[in-house]
Amino acid sequence: MFQLNNVTKAYECRGQTVNALNKTSLSIGDNEFIAVVGPSGSGKTTMLSLLGGMMAPTSGEVLFHGESLYDMSLVERTKLRLRSLGFVFQSFNLVSWLSAIENVQVPLSLAGESASAQQERASELLSRVGLSDRLNHLPSELSQGQQQRVALARTLANDPRIILADEPTGNLDPESREQVMNLLSEFHSEGRSVVMVTHDQFAAQHAHRSLSLVDGTIVDTPLATNAA
Amino acid sequence: MQLGNLIWKELWQRPTSLLTSLAAVALGVTALVAIQSITVFSEEKIAGDMRSLGANVLVLPPGVTLQDYYSADMHGQTMPEEYVTQLALARMSGVENLAPKLCVAAEVDSISVTLTGILPRSEFEAKTAWQGMSFLSNPVGTDRGCCAKPVTDTSGESDPTSLATQRTVQDLGKDELILGADIAVQLGAAVGDELTLLGDTFHVLTVLPPTGTIDDGRLFAHLHSVQRLSNSGPVVNVIEIMACCEDAAGGLITDLSRELPNTRIITIAQVVEAQIAVNGLMSRLSWVFFGILLLVAGASIASVMYANVAERRREIGTLMALGATPGYVTKMFLGKATILGIAGGGLGFVAGTILAMVLGPQLVGVSVLPMPSLCGVGIATATLIAVAASYLPARRAAALDPCLCFNDG
Ligand SMILES: Nc1ncnc2c1ncn2[C@@H]1O[C@H](COP(=O)(O)OP(=O)(O)OP(=O)(O)O)[C@@H](O)[C@H]1O
Ligand SMILES: [Mg+2]
Repeated sequence: MFQLNNVTKAYECRGQTVNALNKTSLSIGDNEFIAVVGPSGSGKTTMLSLLGGMMAPTSGEVLFHGESLYDMSLVERTKLRLRSLGFVFQSFNLVSWLSAIENVQVPLSLAGESASAQQERASELLSRVGLSDRLNHLPSELSQGQQQRVALARTLANDPRIILADEPTGNLDPESREQVMNLLSEFHSEGRSVVMVTHDQFAAQHAHRSLSLVDGTIVDTPLATNAA
Repeated sequence: MQLGNLIWKELWQRPTSLLTSLAAVALGVTALVAIQSITVFSEEKIAGDMRSLGANVLVLPPGVTLQDYYSADMHGQTMPEEYVTQLALARMSGVENLAPKLCVAAEVDSISVTLTGILPRSEFEAKTAWQGMSFLSNPVGTDRGCCAKPVTDTSGESDPTSLATQRTVQDLGKDELILGADIAVQLGAAVGDELTLLGDTFHVLTVLPPTGTIDDGRLFAHLHSVQRLSNSGPVVNVIEIMACCEDAAGGLITDLSRELPNTRIITIAQVVEAQIAVNGLMSRLSWVFFGILLLVAGASIASVMYANVAERRREIGTLMALGATPGYVTKMFLGKATILGIAGGGLGFVAGTILAMVLGPQLVGVSVLPMPSLCGVGIATATLIAVAASYLPARRAAALDPCLCFNDG
C-alpha cells in the first residue's frame, strides 16, 4: 500500500540542517497495524506527515498504491487524503466551536455529502464510539477521552482505508487509553491499515508490527506474538 | 453542514472583532448615505422652492454672509426701515411688491420662538397715499410690460394666509399675530387665542397652512410692534422684493444697487446657485469621507483577518489534514469577508438613512426619504473593500501546511 524509497527529509533551520529522516526505505502492506516507536526527536511525526501527503521529502519517493504521492498536484493529494486517509492527533484537534456531531460532519461536508446524509452518518459514528448522548456537546464540555473518541469518529467519517495516528493515547488516562486502543484495533480488524506513532508500551502492544526510529533510521521489528 | 454554516458559526465565535470591522465598514457607508441623501433631497427642494417662491430679490445689510435663504433674516444685522419707503418711492421697473422683515427672539410660555415683524400692504398704501401717490395698490413701476403674467397676484387679496404663498398680507393689526403651522401645533394655539409676547398681549389672527419652510416655525406680527417691543428702533433685517418675473430681476439689481448703495442685493437665483454649489461640494466631500472611512475599514478588516488567520492556524492545519483544499480555505475567509461587507453596507445604509431623515429637517429643512440606489452602491462597495482587504490574509491561510504536530497548542 505504502512504499518509501530512499526517503530523506531534512529541515533547514537557521542555516542548520537537521536530517529528520535518513535514506529510509519501507513497505507497508494492506491491513497492517504498525506501531512506530522511538525517542523524542527521532523523526516519527515527520514520517507520518510524509505518509499523509502533507510534507514533501527532500529526496526519495513516497508511493501510494504504486503512485508517487508527491508527483500529484496539491489538490489531488488533498482529495486523496480526504477519501483514503484518516488522521488521529495527540491533542485531538477538534474544532472548538463546533459540537461533537458537527466535528464529525466536517470531512463529510468536505466530501460534498448532503446535510441529511452528514447528520445520519455522523450520529451513527458517534454511537459507535459510545457518544450517542453527547452529539451536541462542544469539545470543551467533553472529557479528554470523549474528545479523542469524537476525533476517532471523525477519522472514520469517509471510511478511509488507512488511519495515521500520532500518539493517539498521549494525553489520556488509562481507561480512555484502553477505549481508544480497542477502537483502533476494531478499525484494523475491519480491514483498515493503522500506522500509529506511540511512546506508550500498552498502546504498542496492540500493533502487529513495530518500527523503531532512531535518529531518522528505521529498525523493523515484526511482533509475531500479536499477529492475528 | 456546508461551508456557509461553518463561516457563519465561526463569525459568532469572535463577536468583538466582528463588531469592530462591521462598525468600520458601516461607518463609511453611513457617512456616504447620510450626506448623499440630504444633498439630493435638498437639491430637489431648492429646485421646487425656486419655482414656487414669490420673492426673488433680497435686500440685506452689507456684510451679511448668505448661507441659506430661509435663515437670511436671522443674521442679527439691521438696516433702516426708511429703505423700504425709499424703494417704494423709487418706482423701479419690475418691482411688484416689497416685504420688509425684522426677526427677534422671544418667548411664549417659556418656549423660545422667533418673532418676525412684517409690514402689511395697507401700511404702504397709507404711506404712499400720504405721499400723494397711488402706489402698490396698483401694479408697481412705470412699464409693466416685462412679463405677461405677474409672479404675484395681489389683486383683491385680503386673506391673511396669503403670507404663506405671497410673502405679504393686506392687513395686520398692531396686536395681531399670525402663526406658522408647526409653531401653532407646538404652542397649542388656535385662531382667537391670546398669547403674551415680549410683555404685550397679541391675539391670533390666523394659522398659516404648512409650507415646508422655516416659516412654519415662526410667529408673525406687525413690524412696528416688533420694533417697539424689542427696542430695536425703525430697522429691518431684510427686504424681500417680489419682482414681476425672473427676467426683470436681472436688470433690477443694477437699479437697486444704485438706489441703496449701503446694502447687499441678492437674487434668489444666486441663493439657489450658492446652495447648489454647497450641496455639490458636500456631495463630493461625502465621497472623500466614504473613501477615507472605507480605507480605514479596509485596514481594520485586513488586520482583524490577519489576526484571525494566526489564531486559527491549528484549526486550518487540521481542516487541511482532513482534506480541505487551499481553495476551500480561501473561500472560508473570503466568504466571511463577503458577509461582513454585506452586513456592514446594509447596516450603514439603514443608519445613514435614519441619520439623514433625522438631521435633514433640522439642518437644512428638507424631509428625506430612503434612496434604494444608495443601498446598492453602499453594499457593493463595502463588500468589494471587505473582500479586497481579506484577500492577502486568505492567501496566507491557504498557504498554511496541513499539520500533524502543533507546537503552539
Ligand atoms: N518544522 C521543523 N523545522 C525544523 N526542524 C524540525 C521541524 N520539525 C521537526 N524538526 C526536527 O526534526 C527532527 C524530528 O522531528 P519529529 O517531530 O519528526 O520527531 P518525533 O519523533 O515526532 O518527536 P516527538 O516524539 O517528540 O514527537 C527533530 O530533531 C526536530 O527538531
Ligand atoms: Mg512527534
